[in-house]
Amino acid sequence: MKKRDSAKGARYGMVIDLDRCTGCGTCTIACAAENNVSVLYDESDKTRNINWLKIYMLTNGKAFPHTEVVYLPRPCMQCGNPPCVPVCPATATTNDSDDGIVSQIYTRCIGCRYCMAACPYHARDFNWFDPAFPKGMDRYLSPEVSPRMRGVVEKCSFCHHRLMSAKSKAYFEGRRDLREDEYIPACVEACPTQAITFGDLNNPKHRVSELIKNPSAFRLLERLGTEPKVYYLTTKDWMRRMADNYLQGESKKEGNRPEKKNG
Amino acid sequence: MDEALIPNGVQRCSPKTFFLWMLVWLALISWGLVSAFLCFYKGLNQTNMNHYFAFGLWIVFDLSLIALGAGAFFTGFLAHVIGNVFIYPFVKNLKTIVNAAVVIGFICYSGAIAMLGVDIGQPLRGWFIFWHANVHSMLTEVSFCITVYLGVLTIEYLPLIFSNRKLDKIPELNIFGDSLHHLVALFAAAGTFLSFFHQGSLGGMFGVLFGRPFAFRQGFFIWPWTFFLFIHSSIAAGPSFTLLCVWITQKVTGKTLVQKSVFTLLAKISGWLLATYIILKILDTIGWAYGVVPRAGLSFMDFYQGFYGVWLIIAEIGVFGIIPAIILITPQLRERNGLLVIGAAMNVIGIVFNRFVFSIQTLAVPVMPFDTFMSYLPTWQEWGIALGTVGYGILLFSLSYRYLSLFPQEAELNPVTIFGQVVKDFGVIKRG
Ligand code: SF4
Ligand code: SF4
Repeated sequence: MKKRDSAKGARYGMVIDLDRCTGCGTCTIACAAENNVSVLYDESDKTRNINWLKIYMLTNGKAFPHTEVVYLPRPCMQCGNPPCVPVCPATATTNDSDDGIVSQIYTRCIGCRYCMAACPYHARDFNWFDPAFPKGMDRYLSPEVSPRMRGVVEKCSFCHHRLMSAKSKAYFEGRRDLREDEYIPACVEACPTQAITFGDLNNPKHRVSELIKNPSAFRLLERLGTEPKVYYLTTKDWMRRMADNYLQGESKKEGNRPEKKNG
Repeated sequence: MDEALIPNGVQRCSPKTFFLWMLVWLALISWGLVSAFLCFYKGLNQTNMNHYFAFGLWIVFDLSLIALGAGAFFTGFLAHVIGNVFIYPFVKNLKTIVNAAVVIGFICYSGAIAMLGVDIGQPLRGWFIFWHANVHSMLTEVSFCITVYLGVLTIEYLPLIFSNRKLDKIPELNIFGDSLHHLVALFAAAGTFLSFFHQGSLGGMFGVLFGRPFAFRQGFFIWPWTFFLFIHSSIAAGPSFTLLCVWITQKVTGKTLVQKSVFTLLAKISGWLLATYIILKILDTIGWAYGVVPRAGLSFMDFYQGFYGVWLIIAEIGVFGIIPAIILITPQLRERNGLLVIGAAMNVIGIVFNRFVFSIQTLAVPVMPFDTFMSYLPTWQEWGIALGTVGYGILLFSLSYRYLSLFPQEAELNPVTIFGQVVKDFGVIKRG
């Protein structure tokens, strides 16, 4: 399949240390508050609620006392070769070559949901209902992010508005490059255990570019060739294996593709 | 009451009977309209689709209708292009069924587009596909081609409408209809071109999903194998569907509308196309099972679980693929009336299975190892819109049959006699 050269400039990515994540959910709350994520009347309907950053609880399937649990936060993987982008008929989702972020243009989305069918990570949510916020909560909406209307698809944007603000600030200060701590998404900022590291994967000065070289770093469903820019770290072998599909007897090494640098 | 509108030399049921017949379909349409209103007013939460099942019953109906509507372009192509240009007289016979095929095609395409209008979350932005067109998207190609092709079908349908006994008397319409009619071969060729592309792109829509190993296929240049398989399967099933619709019309009206030879010819064409398609489909499935599937770290059985079990592939390829192909290509079998119809019906069911599998099973199969198989059942609103479209189709076909000369051989095959005299200009006969 054809690979796209998605990022000639920066390539923002994330490394999530699963051994540090306690599954507390602060990142999802911070994300929802930051991005004006609307609330369903029945939030227990997890197949229809809007959740940009979903936390999966995974276990090694062993009985007590050998049970191990991992909480896996799953934002949009901001794929370097995103299956969701080329399928959109209305060019409502694009892969920004300046920062590698897969954007979503809410006012252009026609709600055909083809992108949702294309994304294997279920990172895209459709607004089945009119956006609603519990009484009083509407007063806390962020003016930086437009709320989404019914009938469109939305997803994690790596808090793209924060990147815009950081870029504007740097521009006024006469700088072209951003410092590592100048642009970080809300989830990264909120995580109490600092399990998430964020930065430019192309920039050797950013910690993420080092962390992804760690032998225990992995990505979800690497074999599909989507080139995710969200990496995970864990010392747990079973967890690394659970990140992708393997044939019986196939080792993780055989299955995984080498990382594509500019993906 | 409506005698003046009924074509010359043919017999139709009484207006009362016709009205009662129409009531049934109007009821279905009303159900569809109520459902559509709810979906527009309250949103797509009226359906059982969700983040997993981004596509549901409507897409299955859309894909099936478009595949089955292929009878229109393919019969037109055979009759007008192959029959005229290459002068194969045997296919010229198909001209007796081409009008009906055009009406069926028009119904399928207009119905599918109407359903898509409800299916998208922001119907008022439908035109963004053309305005902000993404040329890399198979869905863009589908949208362009089906819209233009619906235009072609309308142009093919109009001369038929204008040939109505009453409308024919209006000189302007008469001339307009005639001029369109003279261009019929050109439109048939344009329709063929457009149809090849959108039938293919519909298959391409699923074949390009490299994040979904169940649907993903390698292919030729930018076109995955599903692109070619969808074209092939639509021209295999389309003529069978046309045949089936005409056969049902014969049963309902109690008349012979086309010669049996036309049926067997359609069945033969459909059968051979189905047989070759099934061979390619089996090869494609084997290639997929030994290529895409293990490369994704999965095994064949990972895709077939719970309700979406192996029975689906057995039903699609075996029961509703190989069996109808054998029936339709074997002269002794297809010559038998009952088997001919059963073969055609099984062919149609097979194609619906195929479209169901590609749109629904693709979404039901989990890709992340820690995800689970999902299942989905449509709501009454989803059924309402799907069945309302069926009602619309039957209603429009009934009206077309009653007032237009859908079957040029009808008068000849069913002479109306009064006191032993064949009556040429005869409108309605009252029964009961
Ligand atoms: S995770 Fe899904 S939505 Fe995000 S870029 Fe990849 S395919 Fe697109
Ligand atoms: S739902 Fe919106 S973003 Fe997704 S493919 Fe359709 S138009 Fe594009």
